[in-house]
Amino acid sequence: MSSRERILGRVRRALADVPADARPYEEAVAREYLREHGQRSVGETVDLLAENLADYRAIVHRTDEEELPLLIMRLLAQRGPQYVLVPPSLPPEWMSAADPTRVHDRAVSTPHELDRVESVVTGCAVAVAETGTIVLDGSPDQGRRRITLIPDHHICVVRVPDQVVSSVPEALERLDPARPLTWISGPSATSDIELDRVEGVHGPRTLEVVLLSGS
Amino acid sequence: MSGTFVGMPAFPRAAREAVGNTTLRGNLRHATHTIRDKRARAVAELDDWAALREAGKQIKDHTLRHLDRYLVQVEEAVTAAGGTVHWAADADEANDIVARLVEETGESEVVKVKSMATQEIGLNEALQARGIHAYETDLAELIVQLGKDRPSHILVPAIHRNRGEIRDIFRSEMGEWGRPAPENLTDTPAELAEAARLHLREKFLRAKVGISGANFVVAETGTLVVVESEGNGRMCLTLPETLISVVGIEKIVPRWQDLEVFLQTLPRSSTAERMNPYTSMWTGTTDEDGPRTFHLVLLDNGRTDTLADEVGRQALRCIRCSACLNVCPVYERAGGHAYGSVYPGPIGAILSPQLRGTGSEIDASLPYASSLCGACYEVCPVAIDIPEVLVHLRERVVQGGPAVRGGNRVVLRPAKGHAAERAAMRAAQWAFTRPGALRTGQRLASRTRRLHPRTLPGPGRAWSGTRDLPAVPAEPFRDWWQRTHGGKGGAK
Ligand code: SF4
Repeated sequence: MSSRERILGRVRRALADVPADARPYEEAVAREYLREHGQRSVGETVDLLAENLADYRAIVHRTDEEELPLLIMRLLAQRGPQYVLVPPSLPPEWMSAADPTRVHDRAVSTPHELDRVESVVTGCAVAVAETGTIVLDGSPDQGRRRITLIPDHHICVVRVPDQVVSSVPEALERLDPARPLTWISGPSATSDIELDRVEGVHGPRTLEVVLLSGS
Repeated sequence: MSGTFVGMPAFPRAAREAVGNTTLRGNLRHATHTIRDKRARAVAELDDWAALREAGKQIKDHTLRHLDRYLVQVEEAVTAAGGTVHWAADADEANDIVARLVEETGESEVVKVKSMATQEIGLNEALQARGIHAYETDLAELIVQLGKDRPSHILVPAIHRNRGEIRDIFRSEMGEWGRPAPENLTDTPAELAEAARLHLREKFLRAKVGISGANFVVAETGTLVVVESEGNGRMCLTLPETLISVVGIEKIVPRWQDLEVFLQTLPRSSTAERMNPYTSMWTGTTDEDGPRTFHLVLLDNGRTDTLADEVGRQALRCIRCSACLNVCPVYERAGGHAYGSVYPGPIGAILSPQLRGTGSEIDASLPYASSLCGACYEVCPVAIDIPEVLVHLRERVVQGGPAVRGGNRVVLRPAKGHAAERAAMRAAQWAFTRPGALRTGQRLASRTRRLHPRTLPGPGRAWSGTRDLPAVPAEPFRDWWQRTHGGKGGAK
């Protein structure tokens, strides 16, 4: 007997005492919890996102289409990187004023090569106000998962209010499980040493989130 | 389960040693109280917490009730998404599968993200025996591994180490494993974290094989979810060419939508955050992004035996948040090591004796490592009635009776007169006779409804005191114990 058959057989025998439960999944799970917490206007939801991002030590900026290139230039200049990683279809105008040399992540690039790049600029798939979370789904304006992991500085642009939802349930509804997803809430952190929070262990130690409103 | 803890002294002896260690006690107290208070605030932010908790319980119960169907669905979905599914009936089989998969890649090193399941099966030791080095990459796990130590907390495995000890371990051991610690390393947490970042980065960048567990597996989509803080999980899940995930069969949830419950309850219950820094979700393999080869190892290792137990099966709802540890007065005093398994605290006291059986002294004594105060049940985000299971397992230890072991029905002999019984008795005394351990938990009176005479441990004699309990439902267990056993034989 294969282990597959053995385990499935054990499961069935283990449940032999349980009365037949023909209730479909829909009836077995009462979803009496809220779709979102509290009532907010669209603007208030964006404010809450900004507040919660900052609460988890992301650096938040607000700007519009016109000012964005200058803001990105300034944020990069403050760190002074020589290279900046960009995903395949980041809107080119975002980087139009930036000084560092743009590097594209190619499939053949090795992690060691990417390790020489200090900053990365991406878009995002959705942002969750209640938790202060941005979610990346590997779309062409976000790139492979590794590009937002190896550099020490991540600038993520969120289109507000379009890409902002209130809650976790709303975010999951918008996301496609077939894509590789990364949920990011603040820079990486550890509390493993006497529960003192230290920001930045392996992921980018600086996370800057730019809330971009339509002009 | 693994041999890692074979030869562990029974709970009371191990606990007594722990209580004598003042560093450990101070660290534990500071840690558990800090997380406990923060958790209460994070939970209070959601006014639908009770409904989320109930939904979490129902989702898990429904999944367990139809686990055979959902297991097959997981297999189909993961396979369709480009992954390969393996089934492991026990620890040895799982270790063998993983070792073989690593050997097939030709590699002799793997990077690992913290996973209870791989600790449970003793994977690192099994790989070592076949010449494969497994590097733990979670900061706390790194501290534990470098210190040749055992984890003592689900979430903060090095909770028993303070910064000075960690610096000493880094200084003396890092060089043995790879990049040494900087010469002038101090004991500030930021510097220690930086040392770990540099030490591990070289391993991540060259790693060809990653090994993980998973917090959830979604049956309808085949998606795996790993919830973490440090980014070492993302490194292990995305940089290597081959990813092997070892996942207990109880980690399944039926639908994508179910994550909306657990992604709200897990971070708040475990790290007391609205959301943990990083959560990774992947479905099979993705072209040109992340590992090209993905293996999922579905692990039984005592879970189906646990499922066969009417009362005990609710332990399989556990999402390993560790909230129950942080509120447990016995854990606070005894520390994680006293539980003799990778699952410490209240959840360990009900899970280990079910996964491993109650044959050994340590496992027979675990159901007694509790004052039944009920705080664990109150904080549990999937509403596992830990005191109910503890009482049930005590009955099992004392009276024996039918159970399932390794998939076979067996009749357990009562532990009467055996070493196991003595160990159990001492554990009970240990827990009940130290007011300090119990001061925080006085909600027992409301919980004695669970102690209906039908479920009481054992016929008269040694257990007569315990059997009288339901007659005095309004009296806290501790008072009752003090009154009936006052001053007798308790370890101080
Ligand atoms: S038993 Fe409940 S509280 Fe304890 S770790 Fe499991 S889910 Fe968390």
